[in-house]
Amino acid sequence: MNEIIHKEVLTPVTKKIVVNAPLIAEKAKPGQFVMLRIRPEGERIPLTIADYDAEAGTITLIYQEVGFTTIQLGKLGVSDRIMDLAGPLGLPAELPEAGKVVAVGGGVGVAPLLPKCKELHQRGVNLISIIGARSEDLIILEDEMREYSDELHICTDDGSRGFKGFVSDKLKELIEHGLTMDEVIAIGPMLMMKAVCQVTKEYGIKTWVSMNPIMVDGTGMCGACRVSVGGETKFACVDGPMFDGHLVDWTEALRRSNAYREQEQIANERCRCGGGQ
Amino acid sequence: MAVKNRVEMPSQDPEVRRRNFKEVALGYTEEMALEEASRCLNCKNPQCMQGCPVSVDIPGFIKLIKERDYQGAIDIVKATNSLPAVCGRVCPQEIQCESKCILGRRGEPVAIGRLERFVADWEMTNGNSDGPQVCRNGKKVAIVGAGPAGLTCGGDLAKLGYSVTIFESLHEPGGVLMYGIPEFRLPKNIVKKEVDYVKKLGVNIELNFVVGRTLTIDEIFEQGFDAVFVGSGAGLPMFMHIPGENLNGVYSANEYLTRINLMKAYLFPEYDTPIVSGKKVVVVGAGNVAMDSVRCALRLGAEKAMIVYRRGREEMPARAEEIHHAEEEGVEFHLLANPVRILGNDQGWVSGIECIRMELGEPDRSGRRRPIPIPGSEFVMEADTVVMALGTSPNPILVKTTDGLNAHSWGGLVADEHTGRTSRPRVWAGGDAVTGSATVILAMGAGKIAANDIHEYLESGETEW
Repeated sequence: MNEIIHKEVLTPVTKKIVVNAPLIAEKAKPGQFVMLRIRPEGERIPLTIADYDAEAGTITLIYQEVGFTTIQLGKLGVSDRIMDLAGPLGLPAELPEAGKVVAVGGGVGVAPLLPKCKELHQRGVNLISIIGARSEDLIILEDEMREYSDELHICTDDGSRGFKGFVSDKLKELIEHGLTMDEVIAIGPMLMMKAVCQVTKEYGIKTWVSMNPIMVDGTGMCGACRVSVGGETKFACVDGPMFDGHLVDWTEALRRSNAYREQEQIANERCRCGGGQ
Repeated sequence: MAVKNRVEMPSQDPEVRRRNFKEVALGYTEEMALEEASRCLNCKNPQCMQGCPVSVDIPGFIKLIKERDYQGAIDIVKATNSLPAVCGRVCPQEIQCESKCILGRRGEPVAIGRLERFVADWEMTNGNSDGPQVCRNGKKVAIVGAGPAGLTCGGDLAKLGYSVTIFESLHEPGGVLMYGIPEFRLPKNIVKKEVDYVKKLGVNIELNFVVGRTLTIDEIFEQGFDAVFVGSGAGLPMFMHIPGENLNGVYSANEYLTRINLMKAYLFPEYDTPIVSGKKVVVVGAGNVAMDSVRCALRLGAEKAMIVYRRGREEMPARAEEIHHAEEEGVEFHLLANPVRILGNDQGWVSGIECIRMELGEPDRSGRRRPIPIPGSEFVMEADTVVMALGTSPNPILVKTTDGLNAHSWGGLVADEHTGRTSRPRVWAGGDAVTGSATVILAMGAGKIAANDIHEYLESGETEW
């Protein structure tokens, strides 16, 4: 179990792996995640399940190499094993059976967005997607998103592809041009999700976001992943990770996500020096 | 005739140990063990055994220590206790076996815990810890959680011939012994060796397996298991729900201790998991978990490590020995004080904690005097880290995902205390999942009771529930 059976480099900083994990593949639903660890001294990190195939017994993980563990994970190749892999964790996303949904994905956030889009497409929901990245070479999963969406918009911050600007700007433009929708699902960097929520709040459009806070166990044991939602403290690992974006305390969430920035720099320094091999 | 005092156990000097994670209590030498064992009167009607939740034959094993038959002694202990090196270290013997010792009436009781530790440690270096060879009886039992309750239940059932699989959600077996109790009180290599012994008895442990998510209890039955024991512990941390609790630098004790013990954050960056533990650490609560947390804070470099507790000294739930050790190491105790809010700086990090003074009123349901706030007595303590050690409740995931498994409103599973049977046929439960946070040995006792009842039930072919 846990062998990597396929690996793909999606962008200079984003990798995709398909892992043999039959039990998790059998149970996974859109929105759920796994916790993994890759070495005896390793930390536990959460990654959203980007795709799953119960028949093949595999799950797909797509991740950006942003920290010590994801950089080490990027060094594993086909037939290497992920030492510890637990899941599927968290609550499945509550997806509508019909109607019109706009899916907004920023950067590597398109990966966790994908299984929801796939499910919505299979349910026959009218799906309009907006995906974006800093520049053209960082856009991921364009073909897959196009397959599941009735309409796909691409944005880049630098204008190297599609709409020049943020995905939230594109959403605002579409709404101003008369696009209506039943709900929005927004997944990506916290600032992006916050910006999308600011747009949709103005128009009173229900918006789901997927929180990806710091976690230790991922099963409800530690409370590291506390998120304030509508004035109540929730644990993203067991009460989420999907929440009503208009109720999330973004200032607190952003602050908490940076709690270990100093330590992350120390760890990344080691990474560049070849530590942790 | 004066009763001889018990033999003291050597320990690391408080000034030294407060800055390292090595074990505090160093254990008896052979001479010390022989001297202490010689104090045992080998009573005809041993009261001590009645104080032991797993009924260890205490006079029996101490008699063999006197005869220097240490292998024989540990074999006697292990006949009823699969985790003796753990129990010798963390059991509250002073309220169990030792509280019943006849010597305690006129002086100090026999140091049963220290002797248990001595024979368990002796075996780890000198002995033969191969499990007994047992024929499998063809029946399968699944256990949820590789903590003290699950390991005990699994070990006992394996000895009776059952094929046992323990499903553990974390990447290491041991439960609270691994993530909760710190290295300086219970070295992790000791836990690993005890778990290895349970494996040698034939128990299979599946790690990274979250029952309720990876498979539900119903799906486990579909895989051909005859019975399920739930020993999933009380993993859900409680918070006070006061302002400032989500500031950076506020931890649940579960998170603080899990980072340190299971993930070894005190060895960062050699280990990858970080922890931010500051110079002025306030731990709220006064149980064993609070003592563990505050003593960890010292070892992580705190200049001031403080306990804040709403009741008085008499009411502190921690073991006397733990409180004593914390005091020796320089922990400050701020008693009869209760946090009302946590203060933060402009970066969103903890800068202090505002408390209110309390006084004790009439006894409440727990029998302890109820703390009452004194109006207008608020005061602020400077702090950069706050750890909430207020207790834990069971994780609701199993109740939510298992048909017919009932829980009390506070989260504890409903289970018969004499059998461990839950509301769901063929599902037993015990330990913190049933009682809420309690002790290692009570969880082990519950695991043992359930193992006996599972055996009786499956042997008799009963179908009534």
